[in-house]
Amino acid sequence: MQLTGADIVVKSLKEEGVEYVFGYPGGAALHIYDAFHRQDDVEHILVRHEQGATHAADGFARSTGKPGVVLVTSGPGVTNAITGIATAYMDSIPMVVLSGQVMKPLIGYDAFQEIDAVGISRPCVKHNFLIQDVDDITATIKKAFHLATTGRPGPVLVDIPKDITAQVAEFLYPETVDMRSYQTPAAATPSEIVTAVEAMLNAKKPIIYSGGGVVLANGQNELRDFVRKLGFPCTNTLMGLGAYPHDDPLFLGMLGMHGTYEANMAMHDADLIIALGARFDDRITGTLNGFAPDAKVLHVDIDPSVIDKNIKADIAIVDDVKNVLTMFNAELTRREEDINAELVKDWWSEIADWRSRDSLWYTPSDTVIKPQFVVQKLHEITGGNAYVTSDVGQHQMFAAQFYGFSDTHKWINSGGLGTMGFGLPAAMGVKFAHRDSDVACVTGEGSIQMCIQELATCKQYDLPVKIINLNNRYLGMVRQWQEFNYEKRYSNSYMDSLPDFVALTEAYGHVGMQIDKPQDVEGALREAFAMKDRLVFMDFITDREENVYPMIEAGKAHHEMRLRPAK
Amino acid sequence: MRHIISVLLENESGALSRVSGLFSARGYNIESLTVAPTNDPTLSRMTIVTVGDDRKIDQIEKQLNKLVDVAALKDITVSGHLEREVVLVKIAINESLKSDLERIVKAFNGELIAVSDTQSIIEMSGSSEKVDELIKSLANIQIIEIARSGVTGLSSSEGALTV
Repeated sequence: MQLTGADIVVKSLKEEGVEYVFGYPGGAALHIYDAFHRQDDVEHILVRHEQGATHAADGFARSTGKPGVVLVTSGPGVTNAITGIATAYMDSIPMVVLSGQVMKPLIGYDAFQEIDAVGISRPCVKHNFLIQDVDDITATIKKAFHLATTGRPGPVLVDIPKDITAQVAEFLYPETVDMRSYQTPAAATPSEIVTAVEAMLNAKKPIIYSGGGVVLANGQNELRDFVRKLGFPCTNTLMGLGAYPHDDPLFLGMLGMHGTYEANMAMHDADLIIALGARFDDRITGTLNGFAPDAKVLHVDIDPSVIDKNIKADIAIVDDVKNVLTMFNAELTRREEDINAELVKDWWSEIADWRSRDSLWYTPSDTVIKPQFVVQKLHEITGGNAYVTSDVGQHQMFAAQFYGFSDTHKWINSGGLGTMGFGLPAAMGVKFAHRDSDVACVTGEGSIQMCIQELATCKQYDLPVKIINLNNRYLGMVRQWQEFNYEKRYSNSYMDSLPDFVALTEAYGHVGMQIDKPQDVEGALREAFAMKDRLVFMDFITDREENVYPMIEAGKAHHEMRLRPAK
Repeated sequence: MRHIISVLLENESGALSRVSGLFSARGYNIESLTVAPTNDPTLSRMTIVTVGDDRKIDQIEKQLNKLVDVAALKDITVSGHLEREVVLVKIAINESLKSDLERIVKAFNGELIAVSDTQSIIEMSGSSEKVDELIKSLANIQIIEIARSGVTGLSSSEGALTV
């Protein structure tokens, strides 16, 4: 069947099972937009800014495990998308970005809206392509989806010159991918599993540290079996929350810079760290010099390059973490009688002491709204079942610490890049995938203004997300660092001309509420979540100078946490 | 430690920038980098000379392997290998130094190519150390300009780096 390049692009997306494409039109992409108009298999969602498109696709991907798909035009369309592509890259999120490019004969001549898309995106994609021939479109798109979704996932950009989308070719979608230079990792060997399990059975102070890799691999059930078989303490990274239930006694909470005292102390004092789909990034390890001095490290990851990158592994296994957990569990079943709970008994009593410090405790208030209290109420009212997106800053940490996740793919935040502006568009992507679920965006008055234009997209597509704005009239995390490290010199962390968020929300056609008394928090949340078909923006006026505790400050180790001044 | 990493790269546009971009983005050293097509026209062979401790070299290899365009790689310095660099040195000819010059060029198995009555180019290939030595031994001769190719090399064990 002879089709235009533009039709081939859209048909290829259909072949890949794509339901939604988040995008924004422009000159170089117009043939493709015309092709969208000719069909109704793949739905195009018009955002209000290309950053919003990438975050929406990202939210869709994180909440479903399917690749998010983006379509932008050349030049500013691409540059605006870069932040969202980099966000997906840092968190290993599968995404395919199609970008229009100026006509081939104009490439390199500084044409209108020309940018070297392959060059500018190269550091923040898993791979990218510039299509040179109409006959290459199908194979390239096939490769893009394959690369984005296999191995360690990530964004892939496909740049398509405008003239190629007008040319005609035979449409024949390939069934297989042929890429000799791209291999997914080798499988774990039985001897690696035996060695690793032997180390586990001899550990006296073990800790299981699981990250985003377990979420991406859908390994939560295997992780839960694994933790329970061993009876070992388990902590999750910011990216890994939900993989282990928050209220299980074996769970120590989140670890890292704003992790719990018990999780960080257990990492520091451990004799065996079992790292699963995690990469020992600086927000997790604190200073490398003081990192877990007595620990043997068992590191499981699908990406060989994270092994020995920051922390040297004593035992390394490169494979899909779900496969490895399945093999661990089989080996542990075989060696059930060698699992000795006595060996870790003292360890658990040490952990109990650290736990009794109650490091997430905060001073409750009858007069001012505590941000933590809002998040706890959000959990209560949504039964802990909502999809929660966040932006970046104090509110993100409060959401991570206090929502209490019991399921993967429900906590959706920019962990690696730390992108303010992520929360609202990500929530849109989640809502498209989960129409019948509660979707809450926990944000702050700083972050929400970075992509607030997407309120218009929410109106256009009737996306009733609930926005929880923890409004402290400060760039809270910046202010906190300035309080701790810059003698309270609040340089540019203060917002003195905030919009009237209620009026703004109403101007976009949604429901706005402002809540300034702790007594009104629960009622407002109930009212908002009862409005099933409306977007509600809840502007919570919170304690101005609340801090996120505990905190491992720069250059400090796990056992040198700054804790909230005692009760 | 100095390492020479041979890389077989898909002969695609932009593949070189992926490698050089990786080195600059991650702060790895490049002492030299050469690249040219191989007898298989779909593959280029790149030779990278870099410096780092074992851990850094391990990371460099892993990060290179992660690039989709990298088909195979090997650190050829871990065992026996042959390395060569081509150097061209344009010099001023001076009658009084002529015999000296001819002796030096001969000692290095080089060749002297006349450019004009007053200038010549020395062509020589050898290890980087040899090239350094040649340049040092030209101390008394006026060097006008130098072009070095950077290192290329092969493992001296049997077999080949293959995809």
